[in-house]
Amino acid sequence: MNRDSVSIPLHRLAHSRAGDKGDTANISLIAYDAELFPLLVEQVTEERVRALFRHRSPAAVRRYALPKLGALNFVLENVLDGGVNESLNLDTHGKTLSFLLLSLEIAVPAEIAAALNAVPTGDPACLQP
Amino acid sequence: MANGIYSIGCAAGFGGDRTDAAAPIVETLIARGRPGALLFEMLAERTLALAQLDRRKDPDKGYAPLLEPMVRPVLRRCLENGIPIVSNFGAANPRAAAHLIRQIAREQGIAAIRIAIVEGDDLSDARGRELLRRHLLPSAEEREMVSANVYLGAAAIAEALRAGAQVVVTGRVADPSLAVGPAMAHFDWRETDWNRLGRATMAGHLLECGAQVTGGYFADPGFKDVPDLHAVGFPIAEIAADGSFVITKADATGGVVDARTVKEQLLYELHDPAAYLTPDVTADISEAEVSEVGKDRVAVTGVRGHPRPETLKAMVCFSGGWLAEGEISYAGPNAEARARLAAEILRRRIGDALRFRIDLIGVLSVFGDDSGRALSELAPTAAGDVRVRVAGVHDDRAQAARLLAEVTALYTCGPAGGGGVRTSMTPRLNSTSCLVPRELVPAKIAFLE
Repeated sequence: MNRDSVSIPLHRLAHSRAGDKGDTANISLIAYDAELFPLLVEQVTEERVRALFRHRSPAAVRRYALPKLGALNFVLENVLDGGVNESLNLDTHGKTLSFLLLSLEIAVPAEIAAALNAVPTGDPACLQP
Repeated sequence: MANGIYSIGCAAGFGGDRTDAAAPIVETLIARGRPGALLFEMLAERTLALAQLDRRKDPDKGYAPLLEPMVRPVLRRCLENGIPIVSNFGAANPRAAAHLIRQIAREQGIAAIRIAIVEGDDLSDARGRELLRRHLLPSAEEREMVSANVYLGAAAIAEALRAGAQVVVTGRVADPSLAVGPAMAHFDWRETDWNRLGRATMAGHLLECGAQVTGGYFADPGFKDVPDLHAVGFPIAEIAADGSFVITKADATGGVVDARTVKEQLLYELHDPAAYLTPDVTADISEAEVSEVGKDRVAVTGVRGHPRPETLKAMVCFSGGWLAEGEISYAGPNAEARARLAAEILRRRIGDALRFRIDLIGVLSVFGDDSGRALSELAPTAAGDVRVRVAGVHDDRAQAARLLAEVTALYTCGPAGGGGVRTSMTPRLNSTSCLVPRELVPAKIAFLE
């Protein structure tokens, strides 16, 4: 991160929704503004997402880009502890995982960060790599 | 009539959805004065297995438990205004569901009603089991099968509607097909109109989870605010003859339809955006665009369709033993340390008697993993109200119950100040899926005599 960048959670730049099929989760990541999309493409890589979910030992992490929607779609295999019928997790579907993705820290140019929504959200304990 | 707009509303996105969503949709469809249909999508992956268990207990049951409260308030208005009702609420017993709907109609003074039943999805009979033996993993053969159903497509629904059905009751069909069927019938599309089918499939995909496209599963205060979420309206797709569509919602309801809600739902439960597979088509949203064309109106364009898969997906459910869950709370000074000590006691007492997992609700629960790796790596937080939760599964109920006894014993044998023990025991279902050649599992249509 250079001097003119600040580190902020993805939650301020983008929104997300998680879905499940069997033991595979998909988590979308949608930029609030088209000009923020390149930051997502550049920094929210398959490698970083794999590291964020490392405790679930994903068998595969694939990222699909949808530039016309300003969105990325992550498909994570074998991360739901067996899926809705096998998992012992309270959240058997992995529906809450969209907000784990949104906790990822992103380096953002200071002038862009200053213009982003800054509603206080507290500082919840999270699983940062 | 092949021109103009065809409106499809969806009043349920899962088997436990609100039962008051349909009336505003039906009134909106009537007020707009255009042809349309009403859907209820009520079958998640596991729901059908639960319905099959209901049917075993009572051969007149096995349809969606909320069918009656969903349908009763709107049946007369739909029939009087030419709005067909299409739903998978038949679940494991579409015939019983059809009889129930006819009974509701008679109670409302409607003597004649054309109800079509779409069957052929159930593979739990001898022929179906033989078919599955050839297409399932061999390891699955030893387990006790509860249900097996193939996902049927839109063609049978369209055929039933063309034959004059006022209500179409199905068991397992692909969720988007519930919308594709009525559009196919209305616009007289062929089964190889891939682009049109692909677009209608994505309309169905946006409708199938009900309020998830109109502001449900979306609100994030301060970031994504939704007006009157307590009264969220359910969605309507306005489909044109080329399959392109606008998503909107019922009049005089809460919620919101904007580019953000539509993008989130477009990608929901989707893997490769260029290949969303259904029995009807391979839909492709890789070049799709969304645009706000009015208040609570979003147009979706650029969706394409490619030829459908040669196979159909089948979902097979098995008995999965017993799930035991127990919880106890610790609060105030040093709460997390006492909760972690309770977790350690449970680990040592349970050992390897069964597969289990421990969470600290208030510290780390849903983001964690079954092995406890994330929790063990997480540094202590300042949590002052922590609930220890343990969950385990075993084929033998008595073995699973041991885990609950260990939680209860923490009252007197565990750390200081533990309270609020709750325990539960639930039968589990496991599932797996496989692909079967489509020509081996034809859909069948019957009208209730």
